Amino acid sequence: MRTEISISGFGGQGVILAGLLLGKAAINDDKYAVQTQSYGPESRGGAARSEVVISDQKIDYPKVIEADIVVALSQPAFDKYCRDVKENSTIIIDSDLVKALENKVYSVPFTKIADTLGKKVVANSVMLGYLQASTEVVTVESMETTIRENVPEHTIELNLEAFYQGIEFWKKGKKNGTG
Amino acid sequence: MEQGEYNRIVKAIGKKQLFAQGDEAYAYGALLAGCRFFAGYPITPATETAELMSKLLPLIGGTFIQMEDEIASMGAIIGASVTGVKSMTVTSGPGFSLMQEHIGYACMTETPCVVVDVQRSGPSTGQPTEPSQGDIMQARWGSHGDYEIIALAPNSVQESLELTIECFNLSEKYRNPVLLMTDGEVGHMREGITIPDFAGYNIFDREKPQKDLKDYTPFLPEQGKVPQIADFGCGYHTYITGLTHKPDGLPATDDAEIHTQLVTRICQKITDDADKIIKVEELFLEDAETVVISYGITSRAAINAVKILREQGEKIGHLRLITIWPFPEKIVCKIGESAKKILVPEMNLGQIYHSVKEAVGYNAEVIKFPKIGGTLHTPQDIIEVLKEKIFNV
Repeated sequence: MRTEISISGFGGQGVILAGLLLGKAAINDDKYAVQTQSYGPESRGGAARSEVVISDQKIDYPKVIEADIVVALSQPAFDKYCRDVKENSTIIIDSDLVKALENKVYSVPFTKIADTLGKKVVANSVMLGYLQASTEVVTVESMETTIRENVPEHTIELNLEAFYQGIEFWKKGKKNGTG
Repeated sequence: MEQGEYNRIVKAIGKKQLFAQGDEAYAYGALLAGCRFFAGYPITPATETAELMSKLLPLIGGTFIQMEDEIASMGAIIGASVTGVKSMTVTSGPGFSLMQEHIGYACMTETPCVVVDVQRSGPSTGQPTEPSQGDIMQARWGSHGDYEIIALAPNSVQESLELTIECFNLSEKYRNPVLLMTDGEVGHMREGITIPDFAGYNIFDREKPQKDLKDYTPFLPEQGKVPQIADFGCGYHTYITGLTHKPDGLPATDDAEIHTQLVTRICQKITDDADKIIKVEELFLEDAETVVISYGITSRAAINAVKILREQGEKIGHLRLITIWPFPEKIVCKIGESAKKILVPEMNLGQIYHSVKEAVGYNAEVIKFPKIGGTLHTPQDIIEVLKEKIFNV
C-alpha cells in the first residue's frame, strides 16, 4: 500500500524536519520511504513543504500525487494544498494558525501546546504525535526512536514530551468524539 | 584502498544504513571511491554536499577548501589531481557555467576529476531552489573546441552513491573529467540507502608510468589511447599545458598534424570505448511499439507511467539513460528500428531529444515532452500526453 503525506507551513516551523523524521521512522518500520521538499529562497518565513511517500513496495514516483494525509501549519499552506484533495484524505491543521471552513478537518492547537511546554519550536513534534496516533502510518516505537536519535541532545526530552502530548490530544479527542 | 581506510570512512559516516539525501550520497560515494580533495563554492541546491565533505574529509586525512568562486574551485581540483589525489567539486547551473573553461583544460591536460552538477532551473540564477535538467547540452558542449565528456545521471539516492563511485573510476581510467548530471530533486530527496561492503564495489586507480625516467614520454600512451602521466612530485618530469602539445608535453601550437593527432586521441579514447562505458536500463522493450526515453528524476515518473499502461495492455516500453554522454547512440538507433513512436520527457525545453532524433533518423517519430518551472512530470502527465499524441485516445 502507498501512503502519501504532505506537510506544509512556513519556513522555520520544522515542516521539512517533520517529513524527514516521518520518513526515517517508516524506514525503521522496514518500509520503503521517500521524502522530498520544496521551499523558497528564504530560510525563514517563506513557504515550505515536505512530501513523504511510504510504501510496502519500492517507490517509483517519489512525489505526492493525491495526498492521503495533508498537514497544514499556515493559512497559505492550507489554501494551496488542502482545497483540492481527494474525498477521504485526512486533513490536519493548526487551529490557531489556519481558518478552515470545511468540516472534516482535524483542528489541533499544535503551537499553543508547544508553547505551554516552554518552546514553540517543538510544535512539529506535537504534530508528529497527533499524526502518528490518528493515522498509524508509522509505529509509535519507531517514531520515538527516530526523534530520540535525530534531535539535538539537550532537546530530546522536550521533543518526546511534545510528541506524547500530540498523541494524548488525539486520544482525548477520540474519547470525546470530537477528534 | 585498504580495508583499514574503508573502515575509517564508514566510521566517519557513522552508519551503513541511512535515510539520506542525494547531496549526501555524492559525498559518501566520493569518499568510498578514494576522493581526498574537495574544493567548492556553496550554491543551492548543492551546498549540502560541500557541507558534508567539510565535516568528513578532515576525519579521514583529506582536504577541504572553500574557494572564492567556481572558476577557482575547478582550478583547485585540477591542481590536486595533477599531484595524484582524486578530487571533486559540486555545483549547480550558474557555477557549472563558470567551470566550463577549466573543464576544457582538464580534458586537454587529461586530468581526472569529478564534477557533480545538481541542476537547478535556469538560465542565469533562475529558480535557485527548483530542479531542472537544463544543463544536459552544456555538459556536452559547454567548453570550447573539440572534446569528449562522460556524464552520468542518477535517479535515486542509492544510485547517486553508486554512480559517484563510477564517475571516479571512469575519470581515473580515461583520464578525463567526468560529470554527474543530477538535479535539485534527487539532491534534496531522502531515501533509505546502504553503504556498500568493502568487497561490494570496485575502485579503479589511474595507471602510473612503468618506463624509466629517461624513456618517459608523458602524453604517449604505452598502449591504447590513455597515457600514463606521472603524478607531479613523484620524480618524473611532466609539463602540462592547455596549449596544443607534443607527446613530451611541450607546446607546439602551429602544427596541424600534432594538433589533429592529440585532439583525435583525447576524443577517441572515449568514443572507441563507448560501448564499455555506456549503461542503460531497459523495461518492456522486446515488443514495444511505443518507447519512452528518459533519464534522471524524470525516469521515476516515466517508468511508473509505462508500468500502468502495460497493465492496460499497451505495447509500451522504457529506456533509461544512465550514461548521458557518450550518448547511447547504437541502442537508441536500434529502438528506432523496432518502435513506431518515441516520447522524450525532459525537465527542459528539449535537449536530449535532439540526440534521440539524430540517432533515430526517420525510422520512428520522436516527440518531445518538455516541462520547466521546477515541477516534475507526474506519471499522469506522461500517460495523458501518450494517449493524446500517440494512442489517439
